[in-house]
Amino acid sequence: MTTLCDKTIHELGALLGKGEASSVEATRACLLRLEETRHHNAYLHVDPKGALTAAKEADLRRAAGEPRGPLDGVPVALKDNMLVAGLPTTCASHMLEGFIAPYDATVVRKLKAAGAVLLGKLNMDEFAMGSSSEHSHFGPVQNPWDPARVPGGSSGGSAAAVAAGSAFAALGTDTGGSIRQPAAFCGVVGCKPTYSRVSRYGVVAFASSLDQVGPLSKDVTDCALMLEVIAGHDEKDSTSAAAPVPSYSAALKGGVRGLRLGLPQEYFIEGIDPEVRAAIDAAVATWRGLGAEVVAVSLPTTDYAIACYYLLCTAEASSNLARFDGVRYGRRAAGDLGLREMYGATRAAGFGQEVKRRIMLGTYVLSAGYYDAYYKKAQAVRTLVQRDFAAAFATCDALVTPTTPTTAFALGERLADPMTMYLADVFTVGANIAGLPGLSLPCGQGSTGLPIGVQILGPHFAEATLLRIGRALELACGEDRVRRLPPRASARASVLGVPA
Amino acid sequence: MTPWEPVIGLEVHAQLSTASKLFCACSTAFGATANAHTCEVCLGMPGALPVLNRRAVELAVRAALALGCDVRERSQWSRKNYFYPDLPKGYQISQFDKPLAIGGGLDFASDGAWRSVRLCRIHMEEDAGKSIHDAAVAGTRSLVDFNRGGTPLIEIVSEPCLHSAVDAAAYMKALRQVLRHLEVCDGNLEEGSLRCDANVSLRPAGSATLGTRTELKNINSFRFVREAIEFEIARQGQALDAGEAVVQETRLWDADARVTRSMRSKEEAHDYRYFPDPDLADLVLDPNEVERWRAALPELPAAKLTRYQHAFGLSEYDARQLCLDARVAAFFEAALATHHNAKALANWIQNEVLRQDAPDLSPAYARQIAELVALIDDGTISGKIAKEVFTELSAQGPSPKEIVKRRGLTQVTDSDALGAAVATVVAAHPEAVVAYRSGKTNVAGFLVGQVMKATGGKANPKQVSALVIAALSTGRHE
Repeated sequence: MTTLCDKTIHELGALLGKGEASSVEATRACLLRLEETRHHNAYLHVDPKGALTAAKEADLRRAAGEPRGPLDGVPVALKDNMLVAGLPTTCASHMLEGFIAPYDATVVRKLKAAGAVLLGKLNMDEFAMGSSSEHSHFGPVQNPWDPARVPGGSSGGSAAAVAAGSAFAALGTDTGGSIRQPAAFCGVVGCKPTYSRVSRYGVVAFASSLDQVGPLSKDVTDCALMLEVIAGHDEKDSTSAAAPVPSYSAALKGGVRGLRLGLPQEYFIEGIDPEVRAAIDAAVATWRGLGAEVVAVSLPTTDYAIACYYLLCTAEASSNLARFDGVRYGRRAAGDLGLREMYGATRAAGFGQEVKRRIMLGTYVLSAGYYDAYYKKAQAVRTLVQRDFAAAFATCDALVTPTTPTTAFALGERLADPMTMYLADVFTVGANIAGLPGLSLPCGQGSTGLPIGVQILGPHFAEATLLRIGRALELACGEDRVRRLPPRASARASVLGVPA
Repeated sequence: MTPWEPVIGLEVHAQLSTASKLFCACSTAFGATANAHTCEVCLGMPGALPVLNRRAVELAVRAALALGCDVRERSQWSRKNYFYPDLPKGYQISQFDKPLAIGGGLDFASDGAWRSVRLCRIHMEEDAGKSIHDAAVAGTRSLVDFNRGGTPLIEIVSEPCLHSAVDAAAYMKALRQVLRHLEVCDGNLEEGSLRCDANVSLRPAGSATLGTRTELKNINSFRFVREAIEFEIARQGQALDAGEAVVQETRLWDADARVTRSMRSKEEAHDYRYFPDPDLADLVLDPNEVERWRAALPELPAAKLTRYQHAFGLSEYDARQLCLDARVAAFFEAALATHHNAKALANWIQNEVLRQDAPDLSPAYARQIAELVALIDDGTISGKIAKEVFTELSAQGPSPKEIVKRRGLTQVTDSDALGAAVATVVAAHPEAVVAYRSGKTNVAGFLVGQVMKATGGKANPKQVSALVIAALSTGRHE
């Protein structure tokens, strides 16, 4: 017997529809779970009053026979880099401590319009820079599966909250793997949509050409339900795509028979945890057993992807974060300082070490005399990476890779060594560089009980295909989601058996 | 004779006449309460993104087409990164290595001679806000007003091909005239709609290489363009004459002290770290639309100037006055369509219409003026009476004919009536008759004036003049 907050969105929806549960009950269940799991430090701000008000309204709509859709009355939470008018937005930074957002992000507007209940704002790596959620001014996030381990990052709070049941689903952002990697570490589903598929308006920019908003959810069906609400063209985001949004939830049933899945040989290299490798192999075997064809493909520029990524994202970040200057909002260094001194003191005190590191790297990358060697070169490599993927997708419908080389690492383990931390993104950055959609879903657990994620990558706007492939694995592995609950949330958690 | 030849290039910033800003819907109206015209986008709030104002693009392209530039089908937005409190995002969205338009030029008259300026490029960018350091307003603090932040500008960059301060000022004036004519920019220097930076260097006369330049900033009037460049030419000349090198630097024009002052040296120059703005797609123009814009371009001042002189026989001075402002030219042509006397209309527009506080330049008013001039030309009223009618004339009011009729101002042309009036006046001034006969023929004018006065100005002056001379010559009244 699970509590209400351990249900999926579609399970909750069925209960709401039959009148066996209310949105207020679901919201209270999430808030209670949130209190029980405070030590995870997944939330930076909780809005119980606003959430319960929205839940009551959703219940009234339903009572009046006018529910808005599958998300009406469903409690969800947002990474703290998305603006909700009237609520704090900190990006887990000292710089924005006390900042109250003056407007709604487009994704927030869409969630509100769909009737979703917004529980609060989730912890993250400061300004989304990191792969462990340890770079938060407000302290690290714990992995619900093992409090001594990181939940991944930068959307670690989002993954931890969904895994723990303190939100039915969450939104995260993915610049180099920041949705998929924490989803894998926390045993939940995470989708980075095609670049341009979801509006970035009102989402604090880290690297504008790579950032994309996406859902973290308990299963693939919920992921589809969330995605079809947030996706779509936004006239306020000039980079958002005009292409119509298909019904992702309707496309889940297709199965994988006849689909060609490519295994990029460069992703199956030494350094991958053997247990991770085994779990991916098992998932591939499952798909093959369901009628998918599996082919080997090559992405020759894989080795350059991490370097390319860290040049581009730091360059853009150095410019994007210039607006945090203490002049108009956020924190300003105290004292009677001259302009230069005020800038220096404000930014020195406001930004954490990792953010400063990236601003300095990015400033260097763009500076006169180095621009051609770094920024321009990285853009050229970006084109090559895109061509690699395009060539691969000429021979297959989707690519299958591990989401991460290892399961969740220990808190503090990689903090002293940024390079090792950066390598946590090795399998995920390619999709951002090429603007491709990517899905991570649980495919097993290691011997220590930590979740393992499999990543599915597709051509631009192939989200429906990715979700369909993911759903096929989910169905084949059995739908008993309880197995995916972390130990603290359910005493009955057990190791997910990997089918042969 | 100085051995130094000045070489000058101007970077003119013109504010495009759009209702809203370049990347958001905020108003561009001048003079609002500080920070009233702002939103999350032009305040650089976290998460806000730019959306291009298509009208601004159209205006920029029109300016580029009119100036003969090569308008690029694809141009790119770049970020110019620097920190200053009036720059909310910490970068300005501008165009860098792929500007909207390249080449082009402008012919203009300076000091009675025609000159030609070649243009390097025209690019679009957003304006910064306004810092207020004035202690009377801001006290010990500095304040920032972001109303201007994000307004659309074009920067028109000339080649270094001007050689005197007078020419530089004349070029800027001519450019202003073109932009106003195109209704691309209101050209209002006081409100900062047109601003200019000047690059000035000296080289030995006859040399083909460029000397070390300084960049003069903060020039916001034609007079200051001339004065600042003149000062800088003299300053650099003195340095070179003394065997010193010119230091490459940015200098600020101090209009009160009338000197340029060093602002920052080359070493302190910003590294703007330009890179393509990832928030905006390349600006791609539809060639068909560009051609439509080109076809709809109004006649340019230079072409209009020639046409007014050749087709209408106007003097260069009159033609220039009418071509200064597109609305005035349109008014003139509307009047001309009603009554074809270009010279008379040109005089009336310059001497009467434009002398009014807020001249009405509507086509309806143009018709009224034309009808008034027609009444003079057909002898219905005299010029003097016409000025009286003019004071009562408005676009929507009664026609000049109606005013003349109602007030009984129709010119008296009845020879008998005029003859009687002349006889009376001549009889009253026997001394004038004596004077006339002794050769002082100019007393005739005096007598004509007396007759006009006696008839309340309604007499036909030509007729009166003829009658007076006849009377004086025949001695009928002796």
